[in-house]
Amino acid sequence: MFTVLNQTLLCLCFPVSHSQITRLYSRFHSLDKGENGALSREDFQRIPELAINPLGDRIINAFFPEGEDQVNFRGFMRTLAHFRPVEDNEKNKDPTSGEPLNSRANKLLFAFRLYDLDRDDKISRDELLQVLRMMVGVNISDEQLGSIADRTIQEADTNGDMSISFSEFTKVLEKVDVEQKMSIRFLH
Amino acid sequence: MTDLFGFWAVFFPVLRVWFTCLVVLIMLPAMFGISLGITETYMKILLKTLEWATHRIQRASRAEEILKRSASNGLIQRNDSSLEQEIEELRRNRPKSAERGDFTLSDVLYFSTRGIESIVEDDVTQRFTSEELVSWNLLTRTNNNFQYISLRLTVLWGVGVVVRYCILLPLRITLTAIGLSWLVIGTTMVGFLPNFRVKGWLSELVHLMCYRICARGLSATIHYHNKQNRPKRGGICVANHTSPIDVVILANDGCYAMVGQVHGGLMGVLQRAMERSCPHIWFERAEMRDRHLVTQRLRDHVNNKTKLPILIFPEGTCINNTSVMMFKKGSFEIGGTIYPVAIKYDPQFGDAFWNSSKYSMVSYLLRMMTSWAIVCNVWYLPPMTQEEGEDAVQFANRVKSTIAQQGGLVDLAWDGGLKRAKVKESFKEQQQKKYSHMVVGDDSSD
Repeated sequence: MFTVLNQTLLCLCFPVSHSQITRLYSRFHSLDKGENGALSREDFQRIPELAINPLGDRIINAFFPEGEDQVNFRGFMRTLAHFRPVEDNEKNKDPTSGEPLNSRANKLLFAFRLYDLDRDDKISRDELLQVLRMMVGVNISDEQLGSIADRTIQEADTNGDMSISFSEFTKVLEKVDVEQKMSIRFLH
Repeated sequence: MTDLFGFWAVFFPVLRVWFTCLVVLIMLPAMFGISLGITETYMKILLKTLEWATHRIQRASRAEEILKRSASNGLIQRNDSSLEQEIEELRRNRPKSAERGDFTLSDVLYFSTRGIESIVEDDVTQRFTSEELVSWNLLTRTNNNFQYISLRLTVLWGVGVVVRYCILLPLRITLTAIGLSWLVIGTTMVGFLPNFRVKGWLSELVHLMCYRICARGLSATIHYHNKQNRPKRGGICVANHTSPIDVVILANDGCYAMVGQVHGGLMGVLQRAMERSCPHIWFERAEMRDRHLVTQRLRDHVNNKTKLPILIFPEGTCINNTSVMMFKKGSFEIGGTIYPVAIKYDPQFGDAFWNSSKYSMVSYLLRMMTSWAIVCNVWYLPPMTQEEGEDAVQFANRVKSTIAQQGGLVDLAWDGGLKRAKVKESFKEQQQKKYSHMVVGDDSSD
């Protein structure tokens, strides 16, 4: 069973050690209360630390492809793969195998999609307002939040379409150490 | 027909011998609290066998992996820095702007990483399932990540199954049955006596004997530490909760007044029997909801200095013995002296945690009786009282930390009730408030 998984994951360009897969599979299994080999949104919301995270729902959403309500272990690992640390020896990869999921660009894409609610590859003013509202709760007034959103878009928008595209997003975050901040290190 | 008769002719003497052995070798010593050394020998053999098994497993698969895992049972590196620190770092390279507030698009990275970390490994949900073992202890139930190693190990496991199910299990069931029947009979008999001092003494004796027999029925080896701090009359004993067996473990060394809901069935019979010989505190289901009534009854019991110390588990639910979760403040508002007790089970010999959503009481007890043994350490901690200016919640947290420290358990502030209930919205609101400060500074709109 695990060799099959191993092969599946290798073609996701996500080499992990055997013990790491086993532990993540145990974790997947323990979250899967319905024992049907797939996780639903409720399964994620049972994690208290995630339920109190202001962006908890957006993060959960990232696991589910468009229009689906269940995520299997492959999909689970695929999303987690974005947070793998970038190792130096992965840089000389075969160029035809495509970019690994944990490259800087893909990490940024993950973050971009947290804002892009309707998945149209643009962050509109409304979407930014909604995400801001999730993060600050009731503590900031609509007007203040509105002006924050306006200014953010103004500073980021270079082509004047009043929304932030992925390349504009990348430019804004070019000095942020994304590889380090969006990485989860295994202890063994 | 003659076959059957012949069968009984052979079987009866065997049964008689079996029972005599049982009574002489196990029950009588148990009742008087002395030990013949049989259990010690059994434990020594068991330990040697498990050590050998661990050695073999380590030789087969790379030893470093397992050794590293024993150092810290965590899966990933968790960053302990606060929300403020992390977001400051993320914003380091951006110029501040008064109109924009301090918000930057990169703020979202903090929440996303924390969220994914909690999906991979979180502090709370792991407490409601059995602890993972560092190395296999030859029980199928703990065989999560260990594969087939060698023939000898499998044979050993097979022998273990036979020993546990065919020898130990019947023995233990018999002992427990005897223990419980004696509890009911003995307490009823004592209950008929008039209220002399002798009655109390006899009642304690009966209780102790029965619990000792029950403890042998679980092959429990208990090490008590600091017996001078044992709870006294008129006090409240609080302990961390792992399973219903905690009661047997503690009652083996002293008599307590139990607190709980009135049950029907076998439990109800036991409860009523125990009530006859000395006062316990049983609540009807409806009464439990009235917090004032509960506190008042407990207070009355505690104020009567001749009554036995109350035994309470403030967590309110079973936790898997790797951590201590939030203590409910109710027990700490009663006002007596608190005697904290820390109980730590050794998971190598048998997992004592009762996962009530997975196993019923009966299947849980069967699992207990087919483990190798129950080994635990009980530490009696010095008595504590509420200090000046300390409210019930702070007092509860103080007691919780003392117990956690002594037992080597993780001290968590999360509520054990999260096993079944959702987390309160107020925690999310706290996070949002903290983040709002990072966005607009201290002049937010509310």
